[in-house]
Amino acid sequence: MISLKIDNKDVKVPEGTTILEAARKVNIDIPTLCFLKEINEVGDCRMCITEVEGRRGFATSCIQKVEEGMVVHTNSPAVIEARKMILDLILSNHHRDCLTCIRNGSCELQALATKLNMTEVRYDGVKNEHEVDDSSPSIVRDFNKCILCRRCVATCKNVQKIGAIASCERGFASCVSTVGNNSLNDVNCTFCGQCIQSCPTGALHEKDSTKQVWEKLKDPNSYVVVQTAPAVRVALGEEFGMPIGTNVTGKMVTALKRLGFDKVFDTNTGADFTIMEEGTEFLKRLKEKDNLPMITSCSPGWVKYIEMNYPENLPHLSSCKSPHEMFGAIIKTYYAAKQKINPEKIYVVSVMPCVAKKFERQRDEMKENGLYDVDAVITTRELARMIKQANIEFTELKDDIFDDPMGEATGAGAIFGVTGGVMEAALRSVYEISTGKELKQINFEEVRGQEGIKRATIKIGTEQVKVVVAHGLGNAQTIMEEIKQGKADYQFVEIMACPGGCIMGGGQPIVNSKTRATVNVREKRAKAMYTIDEKSKIRKSHENPALKQIYREFLGEPGGHLAHELLHTHYEPRKKYNI
Amino acid sequence: MLIKLFYINNKNKERRNVSNYCVSIKNEMEENKVENCSCMDEKLEKELEKILEQYTNVKDNLIPILNEVQIKYGYIPQIAQRKISEYLNIPMAEIYGVITFYSRFTLKPKGKYAISVCLGTACFVKGSEKIMERLKQRLNIQEGETTPDGKFSIDSTRCVGACGIAPVFTVNGEVYGKATVKKLDEVLDSLE
Amino acid sequence: MKTLEKIRKIREDKRKELDIRVNSEVGTKEKHILVCHGTGCTSSKSPKIIENFRKIIEEKKIENVRVIQTGCFGLCAKGPIVIIRPENTFYAMVTPDDCEEIIQTHIIEGKPVERLLCKDIDGNKVHNLDELTFYKKQKRIALKNCGRIDPEQIDEYIAFDGYKALEKVLLEMSPDEVIDEIEKSGLRGRGGAGFPTGKKWRLTKDVKGDQKYVVCNADEGDPGAFMDRSILEGDPHSVLESMIIAGFAIGANQGYIYVRAEYPIAVERFAVAIKQAREYGLLGKNIFGTDFSFDVEIRLGAGAFVCGEETALLESIEGKRGQPRLKPPYPANSGLWGKPTLINNVETYANITRIILNGADWYSSIGTQGSKGTKVFALGGNVVNVGLVEVPMGTTLREIVYDIGGGIPNGRDFKAAQTGGPSGGCIPKEHLDTPIDYESLKEIGSMMGSGGLIVMDDTKCMVNLAKFYLSFTVDESCGKCTPCRIGTKRMLEILEKISKGEGELEDVEKLEELANSIPKSAVCGLGQSAPNPVLSTFKYFRQEYLDHVKEKVCKTGECKALARIQIDETKCRGCGMCKRNCPVEAISGEPGKVHHIDETKCIKCGTCLTSCPFHAIG
Repeated sequence: MISLKIDNKDVKVPEGTTILEAARKVNIDIPTLCFLKEINEVGDCRMCITEVEGRRGFATSCIQKVEEGMVVHTNSPAVIEARKMILDLILSNHHRDCLTCIRNGSCELQALATKLNMTEVRYDGVKNEHEVDDSSPSIVRDFNKCILCRRCVATCKNVQKIGAIASCERGFASCVSTVGNNSLNDVNCTFCGQCIQSCPTGALHEKDSTKQVWEKLKDPNSYVVVQTAPAVRVALGEEFGMPIGTNVTGKMVTALKRLGFDKVFDTNTGADFTIMEEGTEFLKRLKEKDNLPMITSCSPGWVKYIEMNYPENLPHLSSCKSPHEMFGAIIKTYYAAKQKINPEKIYVVSVMPCVAKKFERQRDEMKENGLYDVDAVITTRELARMIKQANIEFTELKDDIFDDPMGEATGAGAIFGVTGGVMEAALRSVYEISTGKELKQINFEEVRGQEGIKRATIKIGTEQVKVVVAHGLGNAQTIMEEIKQGKADYQFVEIMACPGGCIMGGGQPIVNSKTRATVNVREKRAKAMYTIDEKSKIRKSHENPALKQIYREFLGEPGGHLAHELLHTHYEPRKKYNI
Repeated sequence: MLIKLFYINNKNKERRNVSNYCVSIKNEMEENKVENCSCMDEKLEKELEKILEQYTNVKDNLIPILNEVQIKYGYIPQIAQRKISEYLNIPMAEIYGVITFYSRFTLKPKGKYAISVCLGTACFVKGSEKIMERLKQRLNIQEGETTPDGKFSIDSTRCVGACGIAPVFTVNGEVYGKATVKKLDEVLDSLE
Repeated sequence: MKTLEKIRKIREDKRKELDIRVNSEVGTKEKHILVCHGTGCTSSKSPKIIENFRKIIEEKKIENVRVIQTGCFGLCAKGPIVIIRPENTFYAMVTPDDCEEIIQTHIIEGKPVERLLCKDIDGNKVHNLDELTFYKKQKRIALKNCGRIDPEQIDEYIAFDGYKALEKVLLEMSPDEVIDEIEKSGLRGRGGAGFPTGKKWRLTKDVKGDQKYVVCNADEGDPGAFMDRSILEGDPHSVLESMIIAGFAIGANQGYIYVRAEYPIAVERFAVAIKQAREYGLLGKNIFGTDFSFDVEIRLGAGAFVCGEETALLESIEGKRGQPRLKPPYPANSGLWGKPTLINNVETYANITRIILNGADWYSSIGTQGSKGTKVFALGGNVVNVGLVEVPMGTTLREIVYDIGGGIPNGRDFKAAQTGGPSGGCIPKEHLDTPIDYESLKEIGSMMGSGGLIVMDDTKCMVNLAKFYLSFTVDESCGKCTPCRIGTKRMLEILEKISKGEGELEDVEKLEELANSIPKSAVCGLGQSAPNPVLSTFKYFRQEYLDHVKEKVCKTGECKALARIQIDETKCRGCGMCKRNCPVEAISGEPGKVHHIDETKCIKCGTCLTSCPFHAIG
């Protein structure tokens, strides 16, 4: 243990602790901007500077490790003055249009300006002017708001191992850019949206689709159906100041109804369909030893990734559409017929924790009879904005339940939003369907948890099935290299593009750097998901009564002809760069 | 005073990395400044493959490779960026980041007459700023730009090592020392 | 591969053969024509001169005459330079056409070519190089071989004690003894900051690690400095040998030298040196039959001043953008690819072999209390003898500018000198007698830097100078940290405003605030020192700033918007120099009568100002 003094408080911390962490331990806050725990610890922005007695110049507290007997001043007049000057300089090159900024109220720069009492910009000067890149369906890049913390670059390169954006140019012209400053649409970006999650300002954000949704809600000729992904309900509350990991399913349904959607459905049911189809596909492929391992295909960022980076391995991908696409297809066929509504009038909105879903929605493969399965995708954040815009006091809402006939989903569908959840849900059904026996232990702890790559061997009947779960594209790359080099002996692989799974998706409420460093957000959101599962009456997809009914009345067999037409798709190699 | 900056030394060709550095700078650059057409791309790709073959595919070879491509073509074509990206397994954005960081690497071909004014301190003190201003005024372009007809481009350098004859400017690597505005005008007149 | 015995033999034989290079009394019929082949003289056709000499000698079948290409002699202003040995005759500003006459008159007839002899400051022609005041006050340690040997001939290097230090180190000394010697010598890093070299070696040696690296920083970025380039061009083996010694001392088996790509000749020479050293077994496995193995590779920079910063340089070697790393950890602990790395500058290495051979006591007897040995300066700007000089630490600025440098040309006055390049500061007239060493320079607000020494006469505007350096830093800032990326840009904007005559007193305040704050908060040395040119001009030339701001006047006329270029009628004698030199024909006047400037035509280029022999324009 190391003893030191921070602002006259005695602190004892383990060796290797940074000044920043040590200060936080005794509730001394040091402002940061470029710091993102374990992802971007570079000390570039200089906000976290502190004074260390006996040292020339300031110490960078986010990197500098504590030393025995160190005496640190985090708020001396000199430090405050220097910080103010640095923030002043940052603001001098920032488009300060806070009122109309998408991050108004959730911006780390704005919060810092308030904290440091910035009532003027003293060192104003020329600003860099950049064109806004909004040509991708998922992500908008507005470099005019970038403060060059490079958190996005570190996330894209080191966590996701993509490197679609990088630090470019130098000096005052420095910027974060794609190759040749091309649109994200034309480079190797997977639209996972993790860059948005790491951005402290409004420089990176989702492409807003709320306008189209409002239009349709106003249109009396449209039948607007909304479905919500499993991960949305455990995070939406954060946008309204509720604790991280609060399950707000009931309030969310009420709010959606208040917004004027004609029907509010649960994508969890779509997830149950996915399990039926994917499980059936897996059993068939296992039996025929056809393109094993089979890899899940519900994460659109992951799908784009494999199309670009491992096109030769595409046959390993399950042919299943993702849950909301399956569900959209069923709404526009089975449900439309049953309710006698012209499918052309149905407008399906998916509320997703994901920005890549916006890209997935408009893929040519996601069309039936000229109609898209899903017409609009809005993220959790966009839904929150709509609720606020409609002046709904979210926290005060009473609970409501999803509409029938597809309202009730299983616990298996619920855990789709967390890493290992698809695998677990699939295993529950695959086991019972193939063995005909009831599972004694319904929880598959082996595939749960936050470890980047989880490997397990599951006994199904006489078969030993080797499975692996990877989340985050960096980990996906590791698995893909194993497969490519023929070193993989797994039969079933689950991959989600975002670290932690959909609960940490690019469309989820943004957690600021300090909270990320001090609260285990992943664990809290995951826990909420598993609690929903535990509390569900039915916890296996194949036992979902609504689903059984639809197969009986409409689809026929899982994996059958109609199911294939509506619920399955195909993938094609994709060029990394269209420049 | 017309003098040549790069004394081209052709011996010891077998050395890796540096081997191709001093050879051939000017002639090859001109040879490669052919008009763009699609058949060029294929030729380019083949040539690039040959360049890449000489290097192991480790990341620290990125800058030596870029140096070689820059010298050979006078800029770093996009095809080269893609080829290098594939070869070294580095995302294109990162390569672009490296190219735009170092001032010797350029993304656009230079003019037929690449004029460079030394703005090192010795030359500055002797008035090279005036030479640069005059040059920009005459050609009506800024530093780093090429005239629309592709004839001239302007750059600045920091010290070419000819401080003894400051201020200096160079045209395609040839040094003009003890430069004055008048001398610059004369040189430009002779090139037009 | 050469055995130790063979190398010793080469040293002995070659030394006898080359005695003519150092001994003017040697009784021989032989003549050596030494032609400078550094970048400066090469730019002035010295390769052609060599070619011509060789051709004529062959044509005339003259025997006992050799033409040798050497490194820089230092007196670049007088280049191309030709020296004839043994008599040590110094010919200045030689053209290829002069070769014939030199051969005929000097070599064949034995008479010096009077018109090509160099004039000393007193105006008298000098026959022997050693008599030139320029050389008299110098002490050449790092530059010892520059201008003496052919840098592409390893044997010539060996002749003058080359690789003898390596032999001594490998056969007689332990790594600790080597480091002790360097520590005792008091040598400090010549790259700028002046960190004790021995201490750096010790730190790197003491770090545990299976793989360590030795790096030579030859990314001489200071514009107007060319010491390192000249050493690499003139004596590459001395740097190579010292790197090998460093490898032995700290326990590294691989070295890298990072050279600016703008230095093609230096790169080429060093590459030749590596090749020759490998052939002789001086690089590679089991050097001199010991267990010690070492090799060196060249890496080229690609135009980024910041790569002179040691951690940025390491990033660049690794193939990345040259952005400095935050220190600690220092390279000694975590350098190239995270391994312990020793990184020194070219000039620092160039001193090592001499210290090993002559002893620490000898070295520490030169210089001042805190700064031992010599320092090489690239003397440039408004000074007569532009060139490369090496002086003992403690020499005063006045001695360098007036005695060695020959004073200010055109009868102008000394205004200031800048040391340390964009990171340094200016030294005004009142500090001309400051002895040059690390501490004294720091005390007066400048720094040693890598050795650029730019002299400015009284036609130079200090606001404009600060603006020049700031624009350099803004251009070269890596963009990593906020204070340097945006702060220096804002400083430059304010300076531009002031120089345009739009500055207000508040701008001066803001400039000062920024200049005082940035050094404390920037990440690396470049950012921390970026405001130095502003701080030092503030310190010594505050009034000039105030003139620009309050009076809206730039007295030197360098700030065009504030320039008032007029001809002083009392001084003008109507010589017509200004009229002839004006590029836009804005000056009119009859010969012998007062001239006038047409302000509507004048582009304020200042050419007339410098061309007027009577200082009548201002």
